Amino acid sequence: MTGGLGATMVRAGRRLLSSLPALFGVLVFTFLLMRVLPGDPAVFFASGPNAGKEEIEQIRKQMGLNKPVPEQLVYYLSDIGHGNLGRSMMTGQPVLKDLRERLPASLELTFTALLIALIAAVPLGVVAALRPGSIVDHGVRLFCALGVCVPTFVSGLLLIYVFYYLLGLAPDPTGRIDVFTSLPPQRTGFLSIDFLLAGDVEGWWAACKQLILPAVSMALFVIAPLARITRASMLVSLGSDFVRTARSVGLSWHKVVVTYALRNAILPVITIAGIVFSTMLGANVLVEKVFSWPGVASYALDALLSSDYAPVQGFVLLMASLFVLVNLLVDVCYGIADPRVSVE
Amino acid sequence: MSEELLKIDDLHVAFSTRRGMVEAVRGVTLAVQSGEMLGLVGESGSGKSVTGFATTRLLDAAGRVIGGKILFRGQDVTKLRGDDLRQLQGAAMSMIFQNPRAALNPIRTIGLQIADAILTHKRISKEAARAEALDLLRAVQIRDPEARMSAYPHELSGGMCQRVMIAIAISCNPSLLIADEPTTGLDVTTQKVVMDLLADIAAARGMATILITHDLGLAARYCRRIAVMERGRIVEEADPRRLFSAPQHAYTRRLVAASPTATSRIEDLVTEEEREAYAAVVSKPRTEVAHGTPPLLEVRKLAKRFDQGSAAVADFSMTMAGGESVGLVGESGSGKSTTSRMICRLIDPSEGDIVFDGQSIGHIASRDFHGSPFRKDIQMVFQDPNESLNPRYSAFDCIAHPLMRLDGMRAGDALRKRVEECAQRVGLPLDLLPRFPHQLSGGQKARVGIARAIACRPRLLVLDEPTAALDVSVQAVVLQLLDRLRRENDIALLFVSHDLNVVRMLCDRTIVLRNGGIVEQGESRALFDNPKTDYTRKLVEAIPHIQTGPVLAVAL
Repeated sequence: MTGGLGATMVRAGRRLLSSLPALFGVLVFTFLLMRVLPGDPAVFFASGPNAGKEEIEQIRKQMGLNKPVPEQLVYYLSDIGHGNLGRSMMTGQPVLKDLRERLPASLELTFTALLIALIAAVPLGVVAALRPGSIVDHGVRLFCALGVCVPTFVSGLLLIYVFYYLLGLAPDPTGRIDVFTSLPPQRTGFLSIDFLLAGDVEGWWAACKQLILPAVSMALFVIAPLARITRASMLVSLGSDFVRTARSVGLSWHKVVVTYALRNAILPVITIAGIVFSTMLGANVLVEKVFSWPGVASYALDALLSSDYAPVQGFVLLMASLFVLVNLLVDVCYGIADPRVSVE
Repeated sequence: MSEELLKIDDLHVAFSTRRGMVEAVRGVTLAVQSGEMLGLVGESGSGKSVTGFATTRLLDAAGRVIGGKILFRGQDVTKLRGDDLRQLQGAAMSMIFQNPRAALNPIRTIGLQIADAILTHKRISKEAARAEALDLLRAVQIRDPEARMSAYPHELSGGMCQRVMIAIAISCNPSLLIADEPTTGLDVTTQKVVMDLLADIAAARGMATILITHDLGLAARYCRRIAVMERGRIVEEADPRRLFSAPQHAYTRRLVAASPTATSRIEDLVTEEEREAYAAVVSKPRTEVAHGTPPLLEVRKLAKRFDQGSAAVADFSMTMAGGESVGLVGESGSGKSTTSRMICRLIDPSEGDIVFDGQSIGHIASRDFHGSPFRKDIQMVFQDPNESLNPRYSAFDCIAHPLMRLDGMRAGDALRKRVEECAQRVGLPLDLLPRFPHQLSGGQKARVGIARAIACRPRLLVLDEPTAALDVSVQAVVLQLLDRLRRENDIALLFVSHDLNVVRMLCDRTIVLRNGGIVEQGESRALFDNPKTDYTRKLVEAIPHIQTGPVLAVAL
């Protein structure tokens, strides 16, 4: 259906345009918020604790902080317009470069976690919906409740304790790759893919081993909403008239459950997966900290603690743009999966 | 020839509910010969659909056969398991359902859905199945079947969806087809086309059919034998002529009386014993409107265009006198509901003028109209009594709400009195007033809806299919109530309906709409007895008629 796809694209484009004002709002708001927060970057970056007043003044002038806030905002916006996100005081590098280096790490972790969560949650939800009220259903509910109750850093530490300390199965939780493995040529930035592209199976396995624990601890947290929504929409789907029709002509169990019920039930799951993904991107700072993962979230947190304006603003802008993109992607997926959407 | 294909013997089906086990079918015994079409008639809750679902083994998880046998070709259906059951479903017996659009998978093309059914029972290639599906679409007379193969259900009309459903049901040549309210919710003309198609296909393929319906007229038109169900039991079984001319059971008598026919009057809708009370009302002569009285409602060149579409209603003009009843009929999409909503000032017309009691009200924006003094003069009764009542308002609150909002009454004795007065007018027992909608039956909810509409003593009542969701016996009572309100309180009624029999009884005049324009209008009886346009004639002919006693005597 090229027509349906075209309509979906038009809708997606319109959606993208309508989100631009929101992005602008996020920019301005973060900028102002950073100025309101306590802490003076000039004091922080002065050479030592006993730096004189003049020295601090000097730095402040150098950073442009002595100008009125509206003027600073105009400079900032024009810089953004030129694709310049500023320079981090902390690393001394342009923020854009920092983010570009760290974003793939975060994305790889989040994608993997979401994939694990979906692979676990959808079957769990389906099984629970097929036998509502059974032991399986209650088991799934208990598992989901536990996943939500235990904070990610606790589950992360527990996983490290069991799989690294006790069983020795996992490598030490120190980043994306251990220091002895040579990095593959960078293409996608996703280590697991780059290793594969370079044909280095051993390196790929090492990267996967590093990835699996943080991804699982993140996934545990989001399995619950995904499984619950799968169960709920699967129940609706199984009780619907068209599933009854499918049963009335004697379709096989597999066909009824997967082709008829699940394909319809998966639509709301796509929406929730999009929301969950955006949340995970921003909220995985705890996991990144626990596993020393060099991602954008821990970078932003460090910058925030040291009153380093530019990285924080850059991070928020990045997150907002990603959020828009992910929602757009969900929209497009929805348009492809549900022929009714493109018509309305 | 008279080999018994299906034999249901003392069937009991129970549902486990929160209040324990409830028996929905209590000892049904029924036989279907191969090739015959049997009508299974009853009102909602009579267990007719449950009997059908038990036969095809489609009862939902809460329902269970707790007694009796269902023998299909001598084999007890209730004991089948696994593959044996799947062999039966679709291949030996199949079912078509009410609400065809919901019965089809919304995200799968109809070609694939038909092919799914074929591939379940035949070991053929996907291409062969596709070709067969195409043949089936032709068999159910779908226009342009090649293109429709890749259509989704939402792209088809309700009637088309039901044809697709029929195609799926007959895909493996079952010997028994159970049709559960196959045409409820379709337009009368579509209903006739679909039922004719179903009857032709069943006859051509020698399929036995059980037609489950609440519509006696429909069953009478297509079935040789009709079984009437009441509260889980079959109370009477006869051929349609005998059933209508000499119903034996008291329930059948009531049902036959309540089913509107071409000649029935409103007072005929109840059995003779119940007729007395109503006769007094009808016999009272209506006060003639003095000459020169301006009309209550005058609509001039009304039009409505929804964004970028063609006109939903165009050039619609009419007048109504006080106390007059006018029917607005047409198929779905004819613009009758849009027109009624514009007159009610729930939506804004694109063009034209609405003059009520000498004052133009068409220009007041619909969202401001609640402040107009005419709001309480024009009230509306909606189609679905379940959906149109606030589930968190008790019946009392529902009726009191317009009084407080429009008449400015405060909570207190005066308000209580007015509400009780309204409830009495519509025959709603006062002890039901504290109840919430879900604690009331369909008929009671309909009464609350009417009581709410008449609470502020309106002069014009607009009714949008007020009885479409009701059983015929309840419909009879509601119609009588409306007619009495009109006669006693001089309320003008604008009655929107697709049920021509009802309009003919209730309305002095009728306006026939098609594609947003008036096709024909005039005195109801004359219009229906002698339609001037082909469209009206088609509508009138599509109504299933019940042949009653005297007519039959002549025919014999």
